[in-house]
Amino acid sequence: MALLNMVQAINMALREEMERDDSVVILGEDVGQDGGVFRITEGLLEKFGPERIVDTPLAESGIVGAAIGMAVYGLKPVAEIQFMGFIYPAIDQIFSHAARIRCRSRGRFTCPMVIRTPYGAGIKAPELHSESTEALFCHMPGIKVVVPSTPYNAKGLLISSIRDPDPVIFLESTRLYRLIKEDVPEGDYAVELGKARIVREGDDITVVAWGSMLHRAIQAAEGFNAEVIDLMTLSPFDEETIYKSVKKTGRVVIVQEAPKTCGFGAELSASIAEHAILYLKAPVIRVAGYDAVMPLPKLEDYYVPNAQRIQKAFNEVMKY
Amino acid sequence: MPEKIIDSFNVRRLDILDEKGDADMALMPSMSEAYIRRMYELIVLSRTFDQFALNLQREGRLGTYPSILGQEASQIGSAFAIEKTDWIFPSFREMGVYITMGHPMEMLFQYWSGDERGICLPDDLNIFPLCIPVGTQLPHAAGAAMAAKYRKHRIAVIAYFGDGGTSKGDFHEAFNMAGVFKLPVVFMCQNNQWAISVPRDKQTASKTLAQKAYAYGFEGVQVDGNDIFAVYKATAEALKKARDGGGPTFIECFTYRMSDHTTADDAARYRTKEEVEAWRPKDPLLRLKLFMEKNRLWTEKYQKDVEEEAKTAVSGAVKLAESIAPPGPQDMFAYTYETLTLRQKHQAEDL
Repeated sequence: MALLNMVQAINMALREEMERDDSVVILGEDVGQDGGVFRITEGLLEKFGPERIVDTPLAESGIVGAAIGMAVYGLKPVAEIQFMGFIYPAIDQIFSHAARIRCRSRGRFTCPMVIRTPYGAGIKAPELHSESTEALFCHMPGIKVVVPSTPYNAKGLLISSIRDPDPVIFLESTRLYRLIKEDVPEGDYAVELGKARIVREGDDITVVAWGSMLHRAIQAAEGFNAEVIDLMTLSPFDEETIYKSVKKTGRVVIVQEAPKTCGFGAELSASIAEHAILYLKAPVIRVAGYDAVMPLPKLEDYYVPNAQRIQKAFNEVMKY
Repeated sequence: MPEKIIDSFNVRRLDILDEKGDADMALMPSMSEAYIRRMYELIVLSRTFDQFALNLQREGRLGTYPSILGQEASQIGSAFAIEKTDWIFPSFREMGVYITMGHPMEMLFQYWSGDERGICLPDDLNIFPLCIPVGTQLPHAAGAAMAAKYRKHRIAVIAYFGDGGTSKGDFHEAFNMAGVFKLPVVFMCQNNQWAISVPRDKQTASKTLAQKAYAYGFEGVQVDGNDIFAVYKATAEALKKARDGGGPTFIECFTYRMSDHTTADDAARYRTKEEVEAWRPKDPLLRLKLFMEKNRLWTEKYQKDVEEEAKTAVSGAVKLAESIAPPGPQDMFAYTYETLTLRQKHQAEDL
């Protein structure tokens, strides 16, 4: 077992899955010779050759569209979109096709593909390199949305995503890529999609977070009797684990990096209201990015929720 | 330093069968009499299907429907060249292709009446479900061609679209990939001169659509899209080239949409009667009939028989389609994911 960061863990998942299954191919911008701008695909071109590690022209809609064609033909493509802010030209392909091919063909064709993309703030990058618009994709039936928060889970979730029979958007926090190392075993293991995990047990507050915000939530939970849940899969999300925890604590704080309005936290909050409102002792509070265009790095730290803002919400719900 | 010409291109145009029904025998693809008859019978069948569909829509028995009238040679001629192992990525106006490839007509009626099960493909066909958003199927064709190339399958991929589709970004991205990776794909454009109300010359300032291929590093050819022999020959050659590893081809079928864009459209709002009338003598059915008559392949009796047979087949398909019970409401959930989510299960219980 080796101590790996998330970049290495994702690389390992790709390499092992490609060794096991020759229908897995990778396509995207700079994924070949360059190994990807974050080096996620480093060494894979040498090992698998240019027919399986495809450096494409600079064309996001074309990349996703071609991946759809490959998937329908019987391959399991893993498409890389260089940054989440660049996925927007491909949304037509994701929404109009990937999400509905199974439906439109009445199951004759399926679209088992993964779209990996780095998301979120924290690396002092230019405009549109720090987006966190996961909720857009959660709103579209037919696709799944996965956000790992640690190297071990990143590997297991990516393996599950590649093997999943439906299209998966796999969001990788740029801030987490090299922030944490943990033991990541070599070889085959899968972390099930659609299941959350309880990172820290507690009795007073249920804290729900995903991706990079999970670590801020854990940091904030110091000194509180808080139960921290790592959602891991946003669509479909693990309702059972959340309601069970909420029924125990009666207080909820949701932490998301994305702008507050219509973010995934809104879905969680509404679902908790529908299923567990009678167990609530306090209003559900969302700690979120602001309803402003994601600022450039000079103001980034003001925008992204931090431990202080999360603790303020904890203190607020503990008043009840 | 003097300026130099560093590149130039010429666009071929292929015509074989003229409006009087005379064919250039030097260019004529070799095909048996039975083959020519079959082509003619499919034009009649597709046109009959089309006419029935328009009538059914008027009677409220079918939803919005896009007529193929005038484009039968482009569709049937090209589909004749396709092997069953090839992959087809249609737009939404390819009923002639579907019928030629053997997709049951009752299912096509079923689909256009609003029942998605009608597009569920017979197992021996590789036709992607028809594509409503214009031009977005072109990258799928490129991707399928990449997959076929990786798997070393000796097949070709063919994508259908219209003149409007050439303005889309996905047209560019797909053509670009096809050129860069030398993919086994044929881009089949039916330039029917109108994208709803926007005429071809307002769609692009390019003299032909075919020439666009040269910017992507492969050949583009314009064919008379109302000449079934020219369409067949150009498509058969392009598909063979693709299967043989020769890379992509762009075919522009120069044709005309004789009908409204769909049953929801009124073309009289934006084009003149004179323009439509000028295309009438170019009718693909008429000119093949004249050719067959001159070559003793056509008689009044044959015409009557073919029409009767088409009417019987199409009305039988309508009857069959209308006898199919509508899907149960649970059906809307069944193909979202491989398995229902917990939430979907609860929602399905509502119905």
